[in-house]
Amino acid sequence: MDNAQIKIHTKDLNLFYGDNQALKSVNIQVEEKRVTALIGPSGCGKSTFLKTLNRMNDLIPYVKIHGEIYLDNLNCYQDYDIVELRKRVGMVFQKPNPFPMSIYDNIAYGPRVHGLKAKAALHDIVERSLRKAALWEEVKDRLKHSALGLSGGQQQRLCIARVLAVEPEVVLMDEPTSALDPMATLKIEDLVQELKSNYTIIIVTHNMQQAARTSDRTAFFLHGEIVEYGATEKIFNVPKDKRTEDYITGRFG
Amino acid sequence: MLKPRTTEKIAKFIMWVAAILTVTFLVLVLGYILLNGLPKVSWEFLTTEPEAMGAKGGIFSTIISTVIFTLVTLVMSVPVGVLAAIYLTEYMSRGPVAGVIRFGTDALAGIPSIVFGLFGFAFFVVLLKPVTGGWSLISGSLTAAIMILPTIIRTTEEAIKAVPVSYREGSYALGATKWQTVSRTVLPSALPGIITGVILGIGRAVGETAALLLTLGGSLFIPLSLTEPASTMSMHLYKVAMEVGAMDMAFATASVLIISVLLINTGANVILSGLKRRTTA
Repeated sequence: MDNAQIKIHTKDLNLFYGDNQALKSVNIQVEEKRVTALIGPSGCGKSTFLKTLNRMNDLIPYVKIHGEIYLDNLNCYQDYDIVELRKRVGMVFQKPNPFPMSIYDNIAYGPRVHGLKAKAALHDIVERSLRKAALWEEVKDRLKHSALGLSGGQQQRLCIARVLAVEPEVVLMDEPTSALDPMATLKIEDLVQELKSNYTIIIVTHNMQQAARTSDRTAFFLHGEIVEYGATEKIFNVPKDKRTEDYITGRFG
Repeated sequence: MLKPRTTEKIAKFIMWVAAILTVTFLVLVLGYILLNGLPKVSWEFLTTEPEAMGAKGGIFSTIISTVIFTLVTLVMSVPVGVLAAIYLTEYMSRGPVAGVIRFGTDALAGIPSIVFGLFGFAFFVVLLKPVTGGWSLISGSLTAAIMILPTIIRTTEEAIKAVPVSYREGSYALGATKWQTVSRTVLPSALPGIITGVILGIGRAVGETAALLLTLGGSLFIPLSLTEPASTMSMHLYKVAMEVGAMDMAFATASVLIISVLLINTGANVILSGLKRRTTA
């Protein structure tokens, strides 16, 4: 565990929505090929933080960001072209959001956007991505059918496959199972375990058990600050901060 | 005080009367026109040229002119309207300039068509005569294009706004640029709504009369170039009824006009449901 490389780190990251400060001096080091869970009550800034990592906050007006975020020691807001950054840092959203097109076209969307046209290569990527997302066996006979016909859990795995198709290094997951039933949730959690050997995964979750089950490291956010960050078993068994303990034992939040 | 159940009954009755009235008028108008017009409509009526200013013969040239005029008008207004709407919604949805443009399109939408006609006459027919040939297909189409532009912009804007934000987020998160997101995700999803706007535009173009009387010229020959004058069915209807006084011909023309609009709407609905099925099933 100790020899893990640092994939992403931030320096005094502050974020404002207009006058409202949503993140306060966030300093965190995210390890490569590990699962990092971000937990905390609603409005604590964990999702906001996640969205700074692939610059999705750029889409929202009146957002101001101070401080620095580094991916592989290069500044996300200065050294990367936004397209290049988002290629490397993929994102899975809270509600499954497949495009209203076929399963095949959903997966091929990213590679096509990045200029891949060759049919054989696209076909390869689609199959490989769907296999990685444990969806291939369920959809291989209906690749040309609309993705909107899939179940919620299948749609979310499709969205994961869609992200994997652009071959990212980091995968951000924003409460990926909050709209899913327990069985579908379990499948996504298993998938996260499989993916971590190849990808750095950061997962925002409201579900304590999920954080405990899936993650190697956990950061507890409160009022825009990181209260505590460390190995998941330590956070959940011997939290250092009283507020962390209160939250994970369900005293608030 | 009336009992709630009584007021419920009264309200229901009043709404029922309103609905019945609407349907009655629709049936009366359509029935009256079709009863008076349809007996005269025949294959010959549709395929022969008008004679004696439209008092005799058919309406072949005005049907062809209507089709050409509508197509030319759409070619000029749809691309401009759709692109303007994309720009307004996706590229500058906030800010004072967008507000001014929106106010402008709304104001434009409320202007009576005869005013557009007056402008078209002064600008395209008189001022630009060397280019447009005066009263001509192009003068009429340009005038009508300006007229239906607000409709197309507005409906396209609404269609684009109705596309879920999650589609855009998904696309951006995969590293797509704005234009890629708009062209590959937003526009295909908004297409049914955009087509609805285009159909509304076609309806206005086909039905427009006042503005065309001032700009299109009213020739009963099929225009062989954009700079020649023409006459659409609705214009022809006006002239035949008011200037020639051949009411039977006017009713027959009106019947053809009504049936074509119904056909266009039905056809468009078929296309729309096909499009929706393609994206959801």
